[in-house]
Amino acid sequence: MALLDRDRIFTNVYGYQPWNLPAAQARGDWDNTKALLERGRDAIIQEMKDSGLRGRGGAGFPTGMKWSFMPKESKDGRPSFLVINADESEPGSCKDREIIRHDPHKLIEGALVAGFAMGARAAYIYIRGEYIREAETLFAAVAEAYEAGLIGRNASGSGYDFDVFVHRGAGAYICGEETAMIESLEGKKGQPRLKPPFPAGAGLYGCPTTVNNVESIAVAPTILRRGATWFSSFGRDNNKGTKLFQISGHVERPCVVEEEMSIPFRELIERHCGGIRGGWDNLLAVIPGGSSVPLVPAADILDAPMDFDGLRAVGSGLGTAAVIVMDKSTDIVRAIARLSYFYKHESCGQCTPCREGTGWMWRVMERLRTGDAAVEEIDMLQQVTKQVEGHTICALGDAAAWPIQGLIKHFRPEIERRIHEKGALREAAE
Amino acid sequence: MADRHPEPDSPELRARWGQFDWTGDNAAKAKEIVARYPAGRQRSAVMPLLDLAQRQVGAEENTQGWLPIPVIEFVARYLDMPVIRVLEVATFYTMYNIAPIGRFHVQVCGTTPCMLRGSDDILAACKAKGLKKGHTTPDGLFSLTEVECMGNCASAPMVQINDDNYEDLTADSITHILDELAAGRQPKTGTQWPGRHTVEPVGAPTSLIAMVSENHDYRGEW
Amino acid sequence: MPKVKVYGIELDVPAGATVLQACELAGKEIPRFCYHERLSIAGNCRMCLVEVKPGPPKPQASCALPAAEGQEIRTDSEMVKKAREGVMEFLLINHPLDCPICDQGGECDLQDQSVAYGRGGSRYHEEKRAVTQKTMGPLIKTVMTRCIHCTRCVRFSEEVAGVDEIGALYRGEGMQIATYLEQAAKHELSANVIDLCPVGALTSRPYAFEARPWELKKTLSIDVSDAVGANIRLDSRGREVLRILPRVNDDVNEEWLADRARFLVDGLTRRRLDKPWLRVDGKLQAATWAQALAGVGKVNPGSSIAVIAGDLVDAETMFAAKALAGALGSSLLEGRQTGLAYDTSNLAAMAFNSTLAGIEDADAILIYGSHVRDEAPLLNPRLRKAVKKGAKVYLIGPWWEPTYAATHLGDDAGAINTLPDDVAAVFANAARPAIVIGGGALAKGGLGAGLAFAERFNLVREGWNGFNVLHFAAARMAGLMLGYAQKGGIADIVAAQPKLVISLGADEVDWSQFAGSLIVHIGHHGDKAAHAADVILPGAAFSEKDGTYVNTEGRVQYAEKAVFAPGEAREDWSILRALADAFGVSVGFDSFDELRAAMIAAVPALGVEGLAHYGALPAAPEGAHAGGVIGYAVKDRYLTNAIGRASPTLQRCSAELIHGEIHAEAAE
Repeated sequence: MALLDRDRIFTNVYGYQPWNLPAAQARGDWDNTKALLERGRDAIIQEMKDSGLRGRGGAGFPTGMKWSFMPKESKDGRPSFLVINADESEPGSCKDREIIRHDPHKLIEGALVAGFAMGARAAYIYIRGEYIREAETLFAAVAEAYEAGLIGRNASGSGYDFDVFVHRGAGAYICGEETAMIESLEGKKGQPRLKPPFPAGAGLYGCPTTVNNVESIAVAPTILRRGATWFSSFGRDNNKGTKLFQISGHVERPCVVEEEMSIPFRELIERHCGGIRGGWDNLLAVIPGGSSVPLVPAADILDAPMDFDGLRAVGSGLGTAAVIVMDKSTDIVRAIARLSYFYKHESCGQCTPCREGTGWMWRVMERLRTGDAAVEEIDMLQQVTKQVEGHTICALGDAAAWPIQGLIKHFRPEIERRIHEKGALREAAE
Repeated sequence: MADRHPEPDSPELRARWGQFDWTGDNAAKAKEIVARYPAGRQRSAVMPLLDLAQRQVGAEENTQGWLPIPVIEFVARYLDMPVIRVLEVATFYTMYNIAPIGRFHVQVCGTTPCMLRGSDDILAACKAKGLKKGHTTPDGLFSLTEVECMGNCASAPMVQINDDNYEDLTADSITHILDELAAGRQPKTGTQWPGRHTVEPVGAPTSLIAMVSENHDYRGEW
Repeated sequence: MPKVKVYGIELDVPAGATVLQACELAGKEIPRFCYHERLSIAGNCRMCLVEVKPGPPKPQASCALPAAEGQEIRTDSEMVKKAREGVMEFLLINHPLDCPICDQGGECDLQDQSVAYGRGGSRYHEEKRAVTQKTMGPLIKTVMTRCIHCTRCVRFSEEVAGVDEIGALYRGEGMQIATYLEQAAKHELSANVIDLCPVGALTSRPYAFEARPWELKKTLSIDVSDAVGANIRLDSRGREVLRILPRVNDDVNEEWLADRARFLVDGLTRRRLDKPWLRVDGKLQAATWAQALAGVGKVNPGSSIAVIAGDLVDAETMFAAKALAGALGSSLLEGRQTGLAYDTSNLAAMAFNSTLAGIEDADAILIYGSHVRDEAPLLNPRLRKAVKKGAKVYLIGPWWEPTYAATHLGDDAGAINTLPDDVAAVFANAARPAIVIGGGALAKGGLGAGLAFAERFNLVREGWNGFNVLHFAAARMAGLMLGYAQKGGIADIVAAQPKLVISLGADEVDWSQFAGSLIVHIGHHGDKAAHAADVILPGAAFSEKDGTYVNTEGRVQYAEKAVFAPGEAREDWSILRALADAFGVSVGFDSFDELRAAMIAAVPALGVEGLAHYGALPAAPEGAHAGGVIGYAVKDRYLTNAIGRASPTLQRCSAELIHGEIHAEAAE
């Protein structure tokens, strides 16, 4: 059972062929998009629901259902907006970049289809500021689509007016949080909003808004063309479809690859990455879904199905399917401490537990890394992570807490060893 | 980043930048940018306009560009926004340089995926070339910053220099790149791994092999 | 009305209420730092976390969560206790423990809540954050290392003041509150952030290290620096008022206070008239009370006596002076010191009838000859609120920056007669149209034009009265109720050439007009009137006497005495009573209580706290003519009265914030 090339959605993911409109059309994009729209909003949303697609941005919320939350029609004259989250900043994640720079028309066509299905008048694609060349491609691709009449007034001849705009970020991980993204789009600091109200009720400019990940949007046209049954033929129940996996770290050949959901970890690595550097016995641990999910020790991950449920069962999560592999040469405490620094650096500073907690956690992690700590501080750190988790406005606090919790859960002896070693050294010196 | 502070306001700064205005091209661009947002929502354009202004400053002084206080005030006036709100934005997002910067801004990713693939070596190589974190080399050529995950994890370690990424780096390849830039030449961007195209499994393609040589249409096989 | 359960107590809460409000209704205290009733909800401090079912299995910020039918809210579960302890600990890890040298000590939310909800010790052993010092001008002292980032000050500046002076720069743990380039906060209400700041990050600069809250006697009073009548509290120790704070009164000042009212406090002890003076051979010489009273008494004015009331005096003082003049057979009373002479025969045409709170409901407002931010700083946030609710505002008079959208219709008072069609249409179609007439318009015949405007656009209708006069003097409305108005204004007094003129702190009068009169000044500051006076009888400032004030709405309010007047100064009523003896006439009272009783007998409305009723508006006068370029009376918003002019703090504000002088910073 291996995903065949003909069932891959992102056929130009490696950019061997041009991204431009003629090339994209030759690969099947923008093929009678009008007909897709003619099926009607309800039918499109139903097809998406039936496909079992769950959001590819990390939270895994069913995409079709999310679209269905948008108002059927505007009762008060407010327009609706689709915001596409291309602020790919989660350490380990690097899939949206490939879609944007190599297959941008899948995203733009998806924007039209999704925007039409939810009755939005425009889509804003919020691309992280550091994707400079990628944004250039995206701007150019959008211009091509306008030029060809695929979007804009009477988009693709459907009679539906739909604009697509690109908005560049400027360096802030937090803008990947949907309400921070909306704030940022409004020209403010990217500080998450309080919910409720949820974006579907009052989002961008106070209007009904849906925020979707790039991959979730970009797969939509293909799902509609090939049908929900096709898409849902991949992966286990509740974990359907194909997915872009991004494997980084200590594998022989890191790569981005589209695979079937639920593929076992070992198979994913064997098939596409040439195995673990130094062999399977050399595997220490894996962060299977981007920096925000807890690490999984080698023994637990080997046969785990790479999907939402499979990784939850091993105490972690699929996240964005950004698989960070660590072999036994890894300073595992440092690897996690570096993530703690990342979260401290990226905390927006708005709410207390995250603003104060991320800095505290990182400083303690740094001492645990060098062993300059007391063993009791491990428990204290665990408590501090619990004081942050679940107490913040957005999920960044949780994301900062979980990697540390994972480390303490699985590598406590290693942390204690360093503390004891340092203590012995100190004693010897005295 | 904790040490980010705007370049202090001074008569010299005012004299140099007080008359800042868009160049002809950028004036048109600024107009186009504001038009992306609904009427009355021009404030949304503050981020792209700060970027545009930073680039214009960079073009004027042949650096990566930064945002002197009078330029920030110009953007505020242009958008009819309270200047404190613009300064909030400029200090919140890390890509706005609020102090002078060198010709090349060498941004080494140091987050875990890059760290695992050897970003320490990259930083060491930069250091060996005389670059120091948070500083610009005395010749004004290189400013070094350790940045957070840049989203190139499958081709780590990586460095972003101004608008280009250099991926799959080694100490040797980053040294070569810095040398080339210093010599006024443009090194190859993207992956530096011999034989690698982008983010495919290098040397051992496992999927989409037909795409390598032709723009294959798979629809016939559906 | 959703029904919720707060720790087992079932109750109905108003629609739109938050869980926090529901808990308060149930009598459960919810700790908070960022939440403030008068500001938008930020939800950032996370101190108000409660447990809510149904909902996710984690605590919820009660300030931001709407109360919904069937909710079960718990405020004292283990989850809530832990959450509060956690947040408290986080707030304190980077907070300096410098309470002994912090002016907020004793009235600090962080102290209080840490005692009530904290865990009693810290486990934080890393380096604490230090924040570089910031300046915010002469009024606000900053110690930003103490800041807990609640953003109340940012929200106040943006939402209430409307000037976006303060922002939160940087991000994460590096986030810092600052004004742009550390410029001074210039807004006329800027110092309210001192009260809003829940910790000692923003404190009062002039009050720094003056006192601890528990040393202070608290006295309820009324601000006299304008005609709004803000409710204030005087905090005094011994014979000195050390600070002035606003009290909550939703009808008047909400809970704000103008900077010039808050900081005139150090003017109360400077330039005081603390002994009587007599002019001998053209020069003022110190005298005893007996000498001074005898000096006045030997002038026999008969009925040729006039009284001119200053802007700061209370009703009792004016009534006592009126009684004295009356006993001598005179009714030459005037309070409009600078020459205004509008028709005062109908007090309904003199009042702010919409009420200060009510103006928020107006949907079309014409500001006619008033610099609201200078003349009634506390009214401007109300107008802002009206605009936020959709009101359209127009301005006649020289332009000033209102902080909200407003359309300028010209500088000339006559513009009211030539409204553009679209503007007239707005007022014609408004449900609650209003006019705010200021002194600048009253000086140019604007009252009649305003009344005509009221008729034309039907400003008085069922449930709404949109006709408003905005006075500037705290004494004005009470003065008008007591008859301090001549048909021709002060010109009538000048024309009468009185032998003797009593000045009740009348420091704004052009005294050269009274060269032929004996000027007896009853006042508290060595200001303009004292220079012109022939006899100075030192009186009491508003903080040194009980008194009744009527604000521009016609709202009767009482102020209490906080401290004794300095030196030999006396309460004004007793001076007037002594003058009656000196003149050998009877005024009918021998004590303050008798005086007040007599006053209430004469003007019953002054005996009832709250809004006085003035009846219906008069018809617009025939042939009323308004015209001429409007001018505003306030030239310097900080130095508007004798107390303010004596205040080093307000002098500094004037120099730095208005005249742009750079004040040499004391070595700090």
